[in-house]
Amino acid sequence: MTVEIRPEDYDPWVELSRYQARSDRLQPGAFGACASFVGTMRDFSEGDNVSSMTLEYYPGMTEKQLNDLVEGAIANHELIDALILHRVGEVRPGDAIVLVATWSAHRKASFDACRLIMEHLKSQAPFWKKEQLSDSERWVESNTSG
Amino acid sequence: MAIVVKCFASLREQLGVSEKSLDCVGGQTISDVWYAITSDPPPGNLLCACNLEYVDFDHLVKDGDEVAFFPPVTGG
Repeated sequence: MTVEIRPEDYDPWVELSRYQARSDRLQPGAFGACASFVGTMRDFSEGDNVSSMTLEYYPGMTEKQLNDLVEGAIANHELIDALILHRVGEVRPGDAIVLVATWSAHRKASFDACRLIMEHLKSQAPFWKKEQLSDSERWVESNTSG
Repeated sequence: MAIVVKCFASLREQLGVSEKSLDCVGGQTISDVWYAITSDPPPGNLLCACNLEYVDFDHLVKDGDEVAFFPPVTGG
């Protein structure tokens, strides 16, 4: 399992492929299902155009919360492996913000765990978004429900 | 004998506190720590952590603890 906070732009599909190729747990034939979720930045929010966004986090606590989340998901869902990659810093529309990937023997475990990790990340992991609009900026006050 | 207090995001900007060291006198709760950095009442949606774990306002702090205050999280 891997949790990483990334301050630079990344290609989630390249990262997913690279991780799967390198993980000792994910050699060909070792798993039968992979579920993934990629969250990307929109250029609109609450009726306004958003030109960029700054993602802040709590170094130390964020990684700990994400690690606890992944360890719990692996233990409770018979996962073979899991990956969380989360962007911080200045983000542009179209950039990947979060990548969650889960691997298991059968589809149910990877689907369920991927969803669970994402929902818990949204409600528990200490990240905060500040949106830059055309002539102002504002903190995002809460996440959408789904 | 001290604790470190950290504030994040909009709360950091509102309070003007990013990181601060406070004397630890013993028997202090998270609530006491809050009022040591501001006289404002805590926002209803305030989140608190001690040593990187979420805690309630009545959690007791001890020497060397790291306490953090922040608004609802908005990652992902």
